[in-house]
Amino acid sequence: MTGIPYFPGCSLKDTAKNFESSALYVMEKLGTPLEELERWNCCGTVSSLTTDDLMHHLASVRNLIRVQDLGQAELVTLCAMCYNTLARSAQRINADPEERDKINQFMDREFDYEGNVRILHLLQVLKERIDWSKLDTEVTRVLEGLHVACYYGCTLVRPKTVAIDDTEHPTIMDEVLEAVGATAIPFPFATECCGTYQVVDRRDLSLERSFRVLQSATRAGANIIATACPLCQHNLEEALRELGGKAELGPIQIVYFTELLAAALGMDAAELPEGLNQLLTQHATVEGGA
Amino acid sequence: MSEEKLTQIYIMGKAYDVPAGITIMDAMEYAGYRFIRGAGCRSGFCGACGTVYRKDEDYRLEFALACQEMVEEGMHLTQLPFTPAPRSKYVLSELNAQENVLLQHYPAIARCVSCNTCTKACPQDIEVMDYVQAALRGDLQKVAELSFDCIQCGLCSMRCPADIKHYHVAQMARRLYSVTASPKPEHLTTRMQQLEEGTFDAELNELMTMRLDDLKQRYAERVVEKKGEAS
Repeated sequence: MTGIPYFPGCSLKDTAKNFESSALYVMEKLGTPLEELERWNCCGTVSSLTTDDLMHHLASVRNLIRVQDLGQAELVTLCAMCYNTLARSAQRINADPEERDKINQFMDREFDYEGNVRILHLLQVLKERIDWSKLDTEVTRVLEGLHVACYYGCTLVRPKTVAIDDTEHPTIMDEVLEAVGATAIPFPFATECCGTYQVVDRRDLSLERSFRVLQSATRAGANIIATACPLCQHNLEEALRELGGKAELGPIQIVYFTELLAAALGMDAAELPEGLNQLLTQHATVEGGA
Repeated sequence: MSEEKLTQIYIMGKAYDVPAGITIMDAMEYAGYRFIRGAGCRSGFCGACGTVYRKDEDYRLEFALACQEMVEEGMHLTQLPFTPAPRSKYVLSELNAQENVLLQHYPAIARCVSCNTCTKACPQDIEVMDYVQAALRGDLQKVAELSFDCIQCGLCSMRCPADIKHYHVAQMARRLYSVTASPKPEHLTTRMQQLEEGTFDAELNELMTMRLDDLKQRYAERVVEKKGEAS
């Protein structure tokens, strides 16, 4: 194993491929590559809170066993939803030997899970383990003029037990993006819910909530929103497409935070979202002409 | 002549003595059961005879193909004629493999909790749960490769607590993968053309009128693949 064990999750192999490709590029460039688990399954999507419902923790625990099999004790995730599910299951099962034993008894074809794997979100790795001061000054020029609203949503910061930063006023994404030269714009709806999977049967509700996030970000002066979750990204994009024509919304792009980092670190424009490229070109031209 | 060694087994709860070393299917026929459904090739390929059994003093339910598994002393047997599992209707050429069509046609795969019961039920030792997980993320190649040995017996789907139709999902994935990603086999194209042109009609008509003994002899002497012919 040459890189940090990494869990992609299903969305990153399907609807959010650009989230993964940009993250892999960034980590490779920074010299701390991610290495996908050879065998993994869905995280479980939602961490069951029912006291006797251990069945719904099997998915998470199986992934933890894959990490343990590698002789490792940390697993990095990108998708905020996977992060939340895996982290909550790991916390619960790591802390309770009785539940762990019950799960191990059931999964009789796996090695027993010993309760030592910790789940990390990529933002934590980027903040705690990367020395940004060594970055080339060329890097920090790329994102100049970008006013980024970092959208955390729910699952990175709630509940408090698995929060990767302050639950009410997280800044971890802001700090990482500022380190590569973007201007982070704090906005009131940074930790409001996008509507999540309500989009399936209460689409109107989800669109309305997401639109309020977009509104809040543009009013604060952002021209781009950074997300860390395929579902948040989807819901915000849908809201922009359906309700974006409303006059009170300024021009805004929605990208994964890793795409901004990748742009700064020299990822080929063809691999980046068109809207982001346009924004970067606009600002480069303005800078160049000034 | 030495006395035949007998093994005691139970079929539908009733004890029978059957010759040792025969298969579950043979044992049930020996005991008087007649298979009208739930038996096919009798060679472990068709998947028609998937069955369950228990051994004395073992908490596990075991899974096997009745035509392959040998009876053991104290085995409790029954017959599973068929696993009902509705199959989604689709026209292969009209599907867009880029989108996750497996999830669209078989949404129940999203209910998988990774309990691995399907894998434990598979008499072919396929990593069934792993291919369901690959299906969930739209990885047709992985589903096709992992499920390649599937014989559609349906035991996975009979045991699944999430009611996933594993073997239908895998079949759809293999079909999709073969039309979208695998190279077109030249010999198949040639053969299809020959069939359409009636190249073998005369030979086939001759076989239809032959006597059974002559037909058997012709079969025994047949050349499966001529030397140098593309396979």
